[in-house]
Amino acid sequence: MTNVNQNQLNCQEVVELVTDYLEQALLPEMRAQFEEHIEECPGCDAYLEQVQQTIMLLRKLTEQQLFPESKQELLEIFRNWKR
Amino acid sequence: MQEGKFQPEQPGGRAAIQQQFAGSHLIGDVVSAEDLRLVEALRSSDENAFVSLIDRYHTSMLRLAMVFVPSQAVAEEVVQETWMGVLQGLDRFEGRSSLKTWIFRILTNRAKTRARREGRSIPFSSLPEFSIEIQEPAVESERFRGPDQQWPGHWVSFPRSWDEIPEERILSQETMIRIQEAIDTLPAGQRDVITLRDIEGCSSDEACTLLGVSEANQRVLLHRARSRVRRALERYFEEK
Repeated sequence: MTNVNQNQLNCQEVVELVTDYLEQALLPEMRAQFEEHIEECPGCDAYLEQVQQTIMLLRKLTEQQLFPESKQELLEIFRNWKR
Repeated sequence: MQEGKFQPEQPGGRAAIQQQFAGSHLIGDVVSAEDLRLVEALRSSDENAFVSLIDRYHTSMLRLAMVFVPSQAVAEEVVQETWMGVLQGLDRFEGRSSLKTWIFRILTNRAKTRARREGRSIPFSSLPEFSIEIQEPAVESERFRGPDQQWPGHWVSFPRSWDEIPEERILSQETMIRIQEAIDTLPAGQRDVITLRDIEGCSSDEACTLLGVSEANQRVLLHRARSRVRRALERYFEEK
């Protein structure tokens, strides 16, 4: 857990809380502080958006087919599989 | 394996954006009419039905298998065994879960059995060497003002918005390659978690169950992994 003094988060602390924020794992008070910071800080706002875009791009990796050559082998198995 | 549940989101903040990341995509828990049609077609040896199943799930199955077993070669064997298990078990499919859940349950059972035989009984992520003790900042500390400067802990210069980058570049094959490279160099625990959560779209419950890690540990691994992939992307997008 990031150690936070008083009720002012700095940017270095905010970037460490991004995942907890997106995972809805922040306590309400911390969440409010986080959102308040993001509202006021263009740098952290851009950072949060970059993380969200990263997640969106990671999701796109599912569309990348791995090892298409194994498909042919599987079809052979299917053809030989007699019920 | 636990069945996926769509959990209602808390309102407020950026809930709308979070919504798309929070639901489980890996495992749907209800059998669909499409599933039943596919099963019928498979039972009557319809090759097209089999091809469409492979196209849909094969890559995800390989990624998931690689979380458990030590090599790509073994993962391919496990997936092939799983497909044979699916064909042999078709008559036992009763439609109490979705076809996908059923297939992935066969897969994880086989992958775990195989992992035990290969002497890798637990995923890397639950080994102590990958515990949260290893501290690594999400962003290099040089990016922030030092303790003796004005505004300590604030950005030296703001990260640039990626909105100005042309969409063709953001979504290019090269970007996908860079992401894959970043993932390939992650410590195993981080790679397992980000694979399940962000690539395959598992819920955190599912990821914790599959990997045998605590919720908090899973979140730390996810945080480190996402941070590293973001850094790799930032470096790439800053290139001309």
